[in-house]
Amino acid sequence: MSVPPPVASPPEVVANPPRRRRGPGPSRAGLTSSRSSASLAAKLLMLALVNALGVYGVIVLYANGSWTALAAMVTGLVAIDYVYLSKRTVPAKYLLPGVLFLLVYQVYVVLYTGYAAFTNYGDGHNNSKSTAISTILANTENRVPDSAAYRLTVVDKGGTLGFLVTAPDGSALVGTAKEPLAPAREVTRGTGDRAVSIPGYTSLTFPQILARQQEVTTLRVPFEDPKAGSLRTPDGSNAFVYRSTLTYDSAGDAMVDTTKGTVYRNDGEGYFRAPDGKVLDPGWKVGVGFANFTKIVRDDGIRGPFVGVLIWTFAFAFLSVLTTFALGLLLAIVLNEERMRGRRVYRSLLLLPYAVPAFMSGLIWAGMMNTDFGFINQILLGGAHVTWLTTPWLARFSVLLVNLWLGFPYWFLICTGALQSIPGELTEAARVDGAGPFRVFRSIKLPLLLIAVGPLLIASFAFNFNNFNTIYMLTGGNPKILGAKIDVGSTDILITMVYKVAFGGTNRQYGFACAVSIIIFFIVATLSAISFRKTRALEEIN
Amino acid sequence: MTWFRRTGWRHLVGILALLFALFPVVFVVSASFNSSGTLIGSNHLFSSVVLDNYRGLFNDDLHPYAKWFVNTMVIATVTAIGTVFLGACAAYAFSRFRFRGRRGGLLSLLLVQMFPQLLAYVAIFLLLLSMKDTFPLLGLGSRLGLIMVYLGGALGVNTYLMKGFFDTVPRELDEAAKIDGASHAQIFFGMILRLVAPILAVVGLLSFVTTLNDFVIASVVLTDPDKQTLAVGLYQFVSQRFSEHWGVFAAGAILGAIPVVLLFQFLQRYIVGGLTAGSVKG
Repeated sequence: MSVPPPVASPPEVVANPPRRRRGPGPSRAGLTSSRSSASLAAKLLMLALVNALGVYGVIVLYANGSWTALAAMVTGLVAIDYVYLSKRTVPAKYLLPGVLFLLVYQVYVVLYTGYAAFTNYGDGHNNSKSTAISTILANTENRVPDSAAYRLTVVDKGGTLGFLVTAPDGSALVGTAKEPLAPAREVTRGTGDRAVSIPGYTSLTFPQILARQQEVTTLRVPFEDPKAGSLRTPDGSNAFVYRSTLTYDSAGDAMVDTTKGTVYRNDGEGYFRAPDGKVLDPGWKVGVGFANFTKIVRDDGIRGPFVGVLIWTFAFAFLSVLTTFALGLLLAIVLNEERMRGRRVYRSLLLLPYAVPAFMSGLIWAGMMNTDFGFINQILLGGAHVTWLTTPWLARFSVLLVNLWLGFPYWFLICTGALQSIPGELTEAARVDGAGPFRVFRSIKLPLLLIAVGPLLIASFAFNFNNFNTIYMLTGGNPKILGAKIDVGSTDILITMVYKVAFGGTNRQYGFACAVSIIIFFIVATLSAISFRKTRALEEIN
Repeated sequence: MTWFRRTGWRHLVGILALLFALFPVVFVVSASFNSSGTLIGSNHLFSSVVLDNYRGLFNDDLHPYAKWFVNTMVIATVTAIGTVFLGACAAYAFSRFRFRGRRGGLLSLLLVQMFPQLLAYVAIFLLLLSMKDTFPLLGLGSRLGLIMVYLGGALGVNTYLMKGFFDTVPRELDEAAKIDGASHAQIFFGMILRLVAPILAVVGLLSFVTTLNDFVIASVVLTDPDKQTLAVGLYQFVSQRFSEHWGVFAAGAILGAIPVVLLFQFLQRYIVGGLTAGSVKG
């Protein structure tokens, strides 16, 4: 069947120019028109809903000052409204929803991964510099020794505690942990001109303060000028000025300890560092160039394990494909015999390992391979003491064995399908020419089969390259490699290593994890590019 | 003897394969009914058949199995439906319309797919962390947020699989419907979607299973035990305490696997066709 040549404008516009807006035309059947007006109503309702949510998002983003997200939101909304209200964008109507999800949750996160790979993002470097400065100042605050007492009324606004204070000069101020102290208006004054209540807030009684003692005594209400520090209360009736002994010197880009005279300079790596090497926690996120990548090459505690993991990842992916494909193909050949009874039963039952969710299978095998209590050692091997999962090479073997169990039904299914789709005339012709069963298989069936499943073999390699579940559920990447600077084990592949670096221990290194992700991406992308050239998948796009 | 040479040896190989494929399954089924509930006690197959482990699943407030089960099924079902819908829409556009950027769009989909979402989980974590301030419903710790993340992967390989299948539906059918006055939406929803049902079933099933199996992203996004999925919950439940929690875990695994196994058996005939649709040609 020939494909019509591409046209510049969407075909529908060319095909039916007159049918637009305004109720049913005379040429259209009543049924069609009533259905389309109902669907038009549904469409408008959906659009209204999306717009309402969008406008809400815009308002919140504006209030938070997240300008990039705001711009993305507005662009998205305009795109949605344009595409679904215009009559000239038919293909886009079908593409837009998926594309929007793709842009946010795939493209954006990939780009962000690329960006984060060049930063020191991670524990101790989670935020911007200004956040780090205010956190440091807040963390190092002490009560100013000669601070005057601010007479205090603890107030509550929708569950959030705040301070209503009467300053020594008699003026009233109100604020919460997030809203700095501001002059309070319309306050009611009690004895001694003390501010006791203010509209919009509920004043707490003494028993209420006692009930929320912990919350009250840890509350920190900042002054409007960050350098002025904050107010805190030890007892709920008087607040005192707390100020940090550090000040930020923006000209010298350093934190200065005013009592001891120590100067913590910006060390360019996301920390304020004193001459003696002491740093102020937390630090902030800075660009580190290629440091995360060069660390892999230069740092001996990382390079060795990393190269080991890299080699094992390739070996694991390759051997997994090889073993699962070989067993699956073998079974497909053996069981694909029309004279054989019960083929359906075999097929349904052999499908089971593939149908059981992989994470469960990993855990089940981990139990069965347990050295002391496992089924394999205790029953199948009669009380042997084989350390299936705790000796490096044996653990690697076990991982491959379990992955074989998980994966061979897939290839069994695929190969059975592919074998059955090979035309009978071909094998018959070969047989007439005097070829035996083995020759028929080797010269006719196998080449045809490989052409058919070639792309799937490569896809399977790419999948196993990132086969997180089998490794993580079965061994967790263990046994551990001793002496490595990162938490890494003998059966770890790149993806499980990244997971442990980013979320495993106490020292989360997002930046480094992203760098390794980028490396994996380039490996997988290269492999896919090669496979596409070989299979010419791209040329089939018409 | 001739019987053995013709088909008998095939049965022998088949039975060996069945033993390898099924003994872990039999072991887990037996363990789930074992009264001891421990790993070592479960080794004697079917030495006792009681339902204690199944009861244990639903009587543990720290490990709310029932909630995990419901969460998993809801998240996986919604994701599967969403993926099928988004993928089918895109495949329809690529298969039926000729527009500027079509080839470029298909190629970029391939390119983006090379970077598995799995690898970007650090960025996903950070994205959802910041979303929490604006849309708490879509932010970190939200099941809906997790579904949205999964839907980000809806276009891609699926689109190719589906487009290939859509291309096999003759365009003459579209033309005929168009002459009868059907709009593009009526053609798509009323006609095409019915004709391509097998591929929708396959994509839905694959998406369902992938979602159900996902540990990485689910563990990063969901931290509250009540909101977690089976993969995350069961892993945390058993991974450190194989010996004590084995029986209950086995029961949980059986119940969790049943829906998937049933789906596979029902959709078996579509799967082979669907998986090879992209590759076996001519």
